[in-house]
Amino acid sequence: MEKPQEEILRATGLSKTFRLSAKQQKIERTKDRERVAVDQLSFSAYSNEIYGLLGPNGAGKTTTLRMLATLIKPDSGDALVAGKSIVREPEQVRAHIGFLTSELKLEDFFTPNYLFDFFASLHAVVPERAAAQKKALFERFGIDEFAEVKVGNLSTGMKQKASLVISLVHDPDIIIFDEPTNGLDVITAKVVTDYLYELRGQGKTIILSTHIFSLVERLCDRVGIIIDGRMVADGSLAAICQGKCLEERFFDLYVKEAGEVA
Amino acid sequence: MGIRKPTANSKAQSGFMAVMKKELKRFFTDRRMVLTTILFPGLMIYLLYTVMGSALSSFTTVDEGYVPQVYAVGLPGSLEPLTGSAGLEFQAIDEGQVDAIKESIQNKEADLLLVFSPGFADLVADRLAGKTDALGTTPPSVELYFNSTRTESSNAYGTMAGILGAYKDASFPLFTVNAGDQTFDLASERDTAGFLFSSLLPMLMMLFLFSGSMAVAPESISGEKERGTIATMLVTPLKRWELALGKVVSISCIALLGGMSSFIGIMMSLPNLLGSLPEGANATLYSFGDYALLLLVILSTVLVFIGFISIISAWAKTVKEAGSLVMPLMILVMLVGAMAMFSQSAQQGLLFYLIPVYNSVQCMVGIFSFTSAPLAVAVTIGVNLLVSAACVFVLTKMLSSEKVIFAR
Ligand SMILES: Nc1ncnc2c1ncn2[C@@H]1O[C@H](COP(=O)(O)OP(=O)(O)OP(=O)(O)O)[C@@H](O)[C@H]1O
Ligand SMILES: [Mg+2]
Repeated sequence: MEKPQEEILRATGLSKTFRLSAKQQKIERTKDRERVAVDQLSFSAYSNEIYGLLGPNGAGKTTTLRMLATLIKPDSGDALVAGKSIVREPEQVRAHIGFLTSELKLEDFFTPNYLFDFFASLHAVVPERAAAQKKALFERFGIDEFAEVKVGNLSTGMKQKASLVISLVHDPDIIIFDEPTNGLDVITAKVVTDYLYELRGQGKTIILSTHIFSLVERLCDRVGIIIDGRMVADGSLAAICQGKCLEERFFDLYVKEAGEVA
Repeated sequence: MGIRKPTANSKAQSGFMAVMKKELKRFFTDRRMVLTTILFPGLMIYLLYTVMGSALSSFTTVDEGYVPQVYAVGLPGSLEPLTGSAGLEFQAIDEGQVDAIKESIQNKEADLLLVFSPGFADLVADRLAGKTDALGTTPPSVELYFNSTRTESSNAYGTMAGILGAYKDASFPLFTVNAGDQTFDLASERDTAGFLFSSLLPMLMMLFLFSGSMAVAPESISGEKERGTIATMLVTPLKRWELALGKVVSISCIALLGGMSSFIGIMMSLPNLLGSLPEGANATLYSFGDYALLLLVILSTVLVFIGFISIISAWAKTVKEAGSLVMPLMILVMLVGAMAMFSQSAQQGLLFYLIPVYNSVQCMVGIFSFTSAPLAVAVTIGVNLLVSAACVFVLTKMLSSEKVIFAR
């Protein structure tokens, strides 16, 4: 049933360095003026695939995904998303991706119904198609009952579902998802991950970031392990694990890269 | 039903329109926001000025039926008919009671005490008759005792002093000043009213337009940034300039409505504030053309205000921070507005109309005082549109900047 895989995304040598403000230096108790958040990161993702970026806090996962979503520009390197450069053609990249993170919020004042239509028009989706997509997705996630409730009055889980649905208004081929299960209860988390699996079945590419090993093991076809902004391992789950469990392999790599686990 | 092709052009249009519509919907479906930014300003100004006006006038008026308590020592009979017509009634007293009356004037129980020098009427008559020996002596005198902290007392004093002055002039004129019934102030009623409006309204308008802008722009820009909802739009193909322009235009519409509500509030409360206005000083003083010009000037001014405040709001991390960053600008605008109170007519030099804010004030002075030059108004509107376009450009750049959107 699955279509043959093709390369949909290719990142080459992505790097990002942040200048630290005095305030940030104080908070993080460091004298460094700069922080290398992402360091020469390269990887590829294919259709019919869920690719996981796995790494501890501060590894640079969010920064990487933001670069792919064209919200921030890499200092060097580039990535082709559906054949479009994130550096030179950011607008076209945005037309092909759905980006979802807990930091991107929906306005509390509006209803899911209104916001779906609003984002559909930002994506220039033909109204009939948007309506069909809305009906299908709202039913699928049980949002239809809450379609006219202001986002501010929705539960956390329902808000997250609404965000997910709205990030998919334009039926993107590539879905970029930062910490998909963060802050969700097990039931809502399962609804979300099941849906990601379903999207994978439709031939889409899903790139997600997480620090949860079980999520990667359960969901991902391939995984890239990021430590301190560098890709220390990249490949199919089986190739990375080499018979061990993922957690064990991760700590092997971590000790090799960063020394002792403090 | 045609299928809308997502060509660059149709997309651009729909993005801008979508942002506009969203902003306006956000505002107009929120009853509290509509009340606080559009209805309340006008209503508050009307109530405030009306209350202020009646408080002010109560300082200077007394109850209509009030009869002042006036006492006199040695009142000449020839004066009585004059005073009667002015509504003053005298109680004759003798010299022994003077101190007691003075005390009650001090205690605000009595209003006025007149003490005529002995033989007042005869001495006046002698001097009128030109008796030379009378001219060499000290003239007869009247002493008026009153209490300036009691309105009734100082009113009675004013009336009496006026009567005595007129009596003196009439009996022995050296020369007269403005005697007669003709109008000596040759300013037309229109100019008098225009002068009044042009010294008051520009400053008030600037104040209300600015505070109207401040009520909406930080909320819409810093607020969305603070709540993380602006980034959600930034991951769509929406162009940054569409977002910037959509925000500026829609917020300006709202701020303009707030400003108009304030203007109506001022016009309606002005008669109450100033007590009585000069003849013809009301909203009908100005023609439709004047109002149309005024509206254009106001509109372009609001665009400039919103442009400036939007940039500050995009820079700020929170609505609160935006509020405090805008304060210096607000003070500047107020100062420039206050300068209008001292200008007789609009600035003549065209170069002055290249300065935003100042040009708006001068245009309003010009329109209200009937001294505006069409070219100056045109320059002002042009400059303001250019400035706001530049602001939209800067805002576009800011919205594209990760440092602005993801500032830590
Ligand atoms: N805008 C910024 N300014 C300064 N430093 C930043 C900025 N964004 C991220 N960083 C720093 O870059 C590093 C990588 O951050 P990033 O958020 O990408 O990590 P992450 O892998 O997503 O971590 P987490 O699991 O905690 O979400 C961190 O040290 C972070 O403090
Ligand atoms: Mg993160």
